[in-house]
Amino acid sequence: MTNAIELSGVEKSFGPTEIIRGLDLAIAEGEIHAIIGPNGAGKSTLFNLVTGRYRVSRGRIALNGEDITNRSPFQINRKGLARSFQVTNIFARMSVYENVRCGALWNLGYGYSFWQFVARRRDLKERTEMVLEQTGLMSRRGVPAGLLSYSDQRALEIAVTIAGGASVVMLDEPTSGMSHAETEQAVALIREISATRTMVIVEHDMGVVFDLADRISVLVYGKIIATGTPEEIRSNTKVQEAYLGTEAS
Amino acid sequence: MIMPGLKKPGAGAGLIALLIILPLLTDSGFAITVMSQAGVAIIFALAFNMLLGQGGMLSFGHAVYFGLAGYVTAHVMNGMANEDLPYMPVTLIPIVGGIAGLFFGILIGFVSTRRAGTAFAMISLGFAELATALTLIIVFFFNGEEGVQTDRWIREEWFGITYGPDIQVYYLIAVWCVIAAIAMYALTRTPFGRISNAVRDNPERVQFIGYNTHRVRWLAFSLSSFFAGLAGALHAVNIEHIGFETVGLGQSGVILIMVYIGGTGNFAGPILGAILITLLNSYLSDITPAWYLYLGLIFVLMVMFAPGGLAGLIMMHDPIRRVRPRLLLTMLPSYAIASGATLVALAGIIGLIEMIYFLSTTVTRDTAMVLYGIALNAADFWPWLICAALGAAGGYGCARAYPRMAETYNSAMHEARATVAS
Repeated sequence: MTNAIELSGVEKSFGPTEIIRGLDLAIAEGEIHAIIGPNGAGKSTLFNLVTGRYRVSRGRIALNGEDITNRSPFQINRKGLARSFQVTNIFARMSVYENVRCGALWNLGYGYSFWQFVARRRDLKERTEMVLEQTGLMSRRGVPAGLLSYSDQRALEIAVTIAGGASVVMLDEPTSGMSHAETEQAVALIREISATRTMVIVEHDMGVVFDLADRISVLVYGKIIATGTPEEIRSNTKVQEAYLGTEAS
Repeated sequence: MIMPGLKKPGAGAGLIALLIILPLLTDSGFAITVMSQAGVAIIFALAFNMLLGQGGMLSFGHAVYFGLAGYVTAHVMNGMANEDLPYMPVTLIPIVGGIAGLFFGILIGFVSTRRAGTAFAMISLGFAELATALTLIIVFFFNGEEGVQTDRWIREEWFGITYGPDIQVYYLIAVWCVIAAIAMYALTRTPFGRISNAVRDNPERVQFIGYNTHRVRWLAFSLSSFFAGLAGALHAVNIEHIGFETVGLGQSGVILIMVYIGGTGNFAGPILGAILITLLNSYLSDITPAWYLYLGLIFVLMVMFAPGGLAGLIMMHDPIRRVRPRLLLTMLPSYAIASGATLVALAGIIGLIEMIYFLSTTVTRDTAMVLYGIALNAADFWPWLICAALGAAGGYGCARAYPRMAETYNSAMHEARATVAS
């Protein structure tokens, strides 16, 4: 089976500071793969490299077998990879509905067209409403995104991310700042949307990670020190020493 | 055509009827000229707002496309008159201007839209200076400071139209104004229009939903330049002349002020701004030489206290109108008091400015002048005291009335929200 994402010997430096140091990682198609690690380990940098926000200093990144190294974010997105952000990154002045609709436009082939009205496109309407239903935002479809509650904004972040129908979705700390109840809702949502997609998650909440992930990779100082199932990671002594400590043992 | 999202096609039809009837209500040639200028300004302002309001691009040089298209139009009309170029009806000549604007927009926009924000604004400033300099250097095309003269009466067209009489030019501008406004409104409802808004709000996020933000900005810039060019062509037809000032910073500044005063956040905002500033420019400039000072003051006050522009001020009352329209009546007294105080303050301040302006610019020793239709002597003490007193009293009244007006508004909004919640 082709790996959804494959990184080989990826390095990233900012000036003299090495953030990612020769990283190899393979994420299988259809799995929920979590990346964990202490603060400053390079998790967000890794996300930014895969999604084209940062350029790779050395190495190769492939998406579904195709080289995407140093491609622009929009080119990578068009190949089927979407991402959410650690800090909510939505279109605050637009309504919830318009946010999601914008997320679906490119994938449904509308591109830059200025000769057809968005309101008349049935496929666009159906996709938008389906995503709104799936993310539980249908009742707030007309609300300006900037006025939503924090947890709803996080849900909208995910809705915009999946609206384009990407086969690989990367979520950067999807439950950060949420209450226990909100986290449970978010986990249920992620589980639901993962049924048809490959998911890569960076998350600090270990409960969420061990609950959701099929496999976990542990990133420490820019290198993967272990990859395995939650049980394997839990019992890995190197991981316990480097990151989890007594919490996991 | 009924466009999705156009909630009140009746209002649109009413406005079109108004455009038809308006020139029939006056026999003043000056009034018709002013209305024609307003029509051109509306198209240009809407085109500019495609950049600023819809796409989030602040340009200090959008007159470049307006002016260059005007030059191309003037040359094409002259070429047709001399039979150097094949004839096309003057009715369709704005398309030539639009294509010229589009051409320059594609060319310059490819470079300038690679950057957003302040960098884009500075690049646009640079191109405005460049274009102004070129109009004075490339004399064979721009004809230096004299500009290019043209004649819109080339030959008789459909239904005996010659575009000799001003009223015919007014209707030409009115028709193109309606077509351009509908087209620009329709653009806001397309995938491109929506993504343009998205780039304005959050360009970084747009890249991660499959869009090349440079391409979106470039397309918005090019389409906006097309409409700016269309306005430039109509300007050339209207005044039968195009000069270097039409591509310069002054013209770009005026359009920016029009759009900002009208409001960038609403489609009708630039239309309001274009009409208001054209009217003030045409009528106030005859009354007072200090007109530009007042324009500057209006602009500063709008930016400080009503950044949403006139349309924003109107639209902030829309939720109340929709939910509890009667509340608007209860708000009227506080609004009237604030307006009264403002008028008193303005009367005083304008009086002082006019007297200062008069004394500093008069070339004779005669200090007699007319202010508000009253003959007075600017060297006397009393006019200064009265104006200062009016300014102070009005200012004090404003300081008291505006917080009350805001309180009334907030309370009405609170009631409207409570109505929705229940």
